Amino acid sequence: MSKDIRIRKGLDIKLVGEAEKTTVEATRSNVFAIKPDDFHGIIPKVIAKQGTEVKAGEPLFHSKSNEKMLFPSPVSGEIVEIVRGAKRKILAFKILADKEQQYVDFGAKDVNAMSGEEIKAHLLSSGCWPFVKQRPYDVIANPDVAPKAIFISGYATAPLSTDKDYVLAGKENELQAAVTALSKLTEGQVHISVGKNSNSPLTGLNNSTLHKVSGPHPAGNASVQIAKIDPINKGEVVWVVSPQDLVVIGELFLTGKFNAERTIALAGASVKNARYYKTKIGAEVSSVVYHSGVHDEANIRVISGDVLTGENVRPDGHLGYYHDSITVIPEGDDYEFFGWNKPIFNKISPSRALTFSWLFPNKKYNLNTNTNGEHRAFVVTGSYENVFPLDIYPLQLLKACMVNDLDAMEQLGMYEVAPEDFALTEFVCVSKQPHQQIIREGLDLMLKEIG
Amino acid sequence: MGLKDKLHKLKLKYKGKKMAPAFNAIHTFLYLPNETTHSGSHVRAADDLKRTMNTVIMSLVPCLIFGMFNAGYQHHLALGEIDAVSSGFLSPEFWSFDNLTVGLWKILPLVVISYGVGLAVEFVFAVIKGHEVEEGYLVTGMLVPLIVPVDTPLWMLAVAVVFGVVIGKEVFGGTGMNILNPALTIRAFLFFAYPTWMSGDKVWVHGAVERAGTPDAISGETILGGLAQGKEIIAETASRGSEVAYSVADAFYGFVPGSVGETSALLILLGGLFLIFSKIGSWRIMVSAVLGALAMGLIFNGIVDAGWIDNGSKFYGLMSTEFWHHLIIGGFAFGVVFMATDPVTASQTNKGKWIYGFLIGFISILIRVFNPAYPEGVMLAILLMNVFAPTIDHYVVQGNVKKRMKRLKLKTA
Repeated sequence: MSKDIRIRKGLDIKLVGEAEKTTVEATRSNVFAIKPDDFHGIIPKVIAKQGTEVKAGEPLFHSKSNEKMLFPSPVSGEIVEIVRGAKRKILAFKILADKEQQYVDFGAKDVNAMSGEEIKAHLLSSGCWPFVKQRPYDVIANPDVAPKAIFISGYATAPLSTDKDYVLAGKENELQAAVTALSKLTEGQVHISVGKNSNSPLTGLNNSTLHKVSGPHPAGNASVQIAKIDPINKGEVVWVVSPQDLVVIGELFLTGKFNAERTIALAGASVKNARYYKTKIGAEVSSVVYHSGVHDEANIRVISGDVLTGENVRPDGHLGYYHDSITVIPEGDDYEFFGWNKPIFNKISPSRALTFSWLFPNKKYNLNTNTNGEHRAFVVTGSYENVFPLDIYPLQLLKACMVNDLDAMEQLGMYEVAPEDFALTEFVCVSKQPHQQIIREGLDLMLKEIG
Repeated sequence: MGLKDKLHKLKLKYKGKKMAPAFNAIHTFLYLPNETTHSGSHVRAADDLKRTMNTVIMSLVPCLIFGMFNAGYQHHLALGEIDAVSSGFLSPEFWSFDNLTVGLWKILPLVVISYGVGLAVEFVFAVIKGHEVEEGYLVTGMLVPLIVPVDTPLWMLAVAVVFGVVIGKEVFGGTGMNILNPALTIRAFLFFAYPTWMSGDKVWVHGAVERAGTPDAISGETILGGLAQGKEIIAETASRGSEVAYSVADAFYGFVPGSVGETSALLILLGGLFLIFSKIGSWRIMVSAVLGALAMGLIFNGIVDAGWIDNGSKFYGLMSTEFWHHLIIGGFAFGVVFMATDPVTASQTNKGKWIYGFLIGFISILIRVFNPAYPEGVMLAILLMNVFAPTIDHYVVQGNVKKRMKRLKLKTA
């Protein structure tokens, strides 16, 4: 059964520096880092102390609230440092990788013969559980609550994001194993969505329902697809897994190894050779960025993830746990004479207020990180709705979050959104408000108060 | 070392100091700040609040320039020094240097006082409260001189601006938080505090007030004022000396007495189209307000046609005004295009904007007809709907909430 999803509202941000479709091996990263902050809301309890040797797949820590939920090391090696910040909060586990990688053997399994409970236990013990995220709240799924459906978006619409069809090519077996496994964890269906004209390996999978999606960003966001396919009501839970994480899960079932390898896109205007790299979760971004080379090294922002939702990791940072791209764009730490009133040709604008991006719909822009204005109270109305396809009032929901009005948040559809859904409203916001942060804090408050 | 670096050093020097907001206001006027993204999206669109406000100001400039010529034109015309316009919008009688001089002399001080006093209040509040100087007043400061009579005393304007900015905006928390449109708050204050300076037939033409009671007395009645008194002041063609002083074309082009910038429906239309094209002004509000006004106008025309009132009635003049004439007379067009669309005080939902705009148009004409003492209905209509805009939004948003509840019920049933 296939159902077409078409999105009209949205905005494709076209940037220069798209990754060329060739894959190269990244320089071997010496140190890998796992940052507990990548797992939102998880408080880590250390299992592997500093100085111990771990194999790939061996747990580094577990969640304070659920000790069955293990977080594995992506590589084998020695834990050289546990970086701590204020109040001894753990910021990162740093692992010095062995030259010869050793993997924990979890044993190859036949997913078709396993029960849902067995699969769940296997995912938890092997450290693959954190790949499964849930809505509402956009956090790691609670293993004790069965979801009404599972969603996998194989369609990336964010600017300069990884072409999922390209990086998943040849992974049919892993994907099938993972999808079969996940389908046993829900009463409902596993919904897979791909681009309209896609030849993604996700199209031919059993035990799943395929949807074809078209339209501008955020058509590829899971929330948009969920809203069109099976919207979340109060009290319901759905799970969301990203396709490259499915490959890791699938490989675990097929070979018994936790293989944190993924193909990432290196993109952005500051990159000399934008292309795809094979690397591992937690690798040093420098192993990729400097392999390609950058323009104007003193003036770059290195982002793990895409420009809308990624994390500023700096050139000495590491690839985030959930990210499948690295984007490098110029910093915008400079003044622009009369930048607020002169005609603008080199930036994207949803309006036509002496901004001329509407004249060149196919031009690719080199945007830097300047906010193009100062933070203000909400003034302009109606602009968010043009880029926000969900049947939710974005401005009203943001305001409800800012005043911690839990009732209003619930009524206005907070269960249906993730911070990433507000990336575009944040992009077009004239008042330069931090939308994603507001939504994240609102979700955290709800999780704490309502659960 | 260029200006850019010097200002950057000064900015660092002022950082955290009391005067920082004042310095930053000037600095960010000259330079787009060097602020970079810290959370969320790493890139941002080009528009900021300054650009948005600047776009509105640009759309107002034609009205301001026209207002200057019109001030002189009405003055000289009333004195009988020049002939009435004869050849359409570009008539040489209107676009003369003499007219402009009067306009510059009378209207520039209004602009200067409006901006000077208003921005001073904004700066003081920004420094006291430690927030940045916000851009809201850039538009308000431009609107204010355009919606007052040309001879408004400057001290009066200054008092009104202080009142409007403090009570209309700052007590609510500044730009983005106010309930009533600040420019209209200022005008409403003038209107109720100094009614003799804001209505009647002596205030709309420069020089009329000081000559009142002297042998050289001149008067200039607005079309609305005339209609309210039952005169047939507007017709297809005007004839000098008779009661029919203005043609429809005069009213459309704006060669009529009235507040400084409100007279030219043509330029307001152009400004409105520019706002819609640039996606800064809400076309929903403008279109629905026009529809609302036409609807009310048609109802009144219908009442007259049905013979329910005769021409002895004091409402007859305005009720029998052809329905679409309401769009080009008085301040209706100006109010709808530039004041009703203020995003802060208007409805914030798209559906709400339709209702809000329609009611503004509808009520404007209603007030116009039934309240001949205050023939300008659009100001009161917008202020009234400003108050009701949150209520309209509430019910629109509740519609969305109900839909969500229904989905849940269907699911659990």
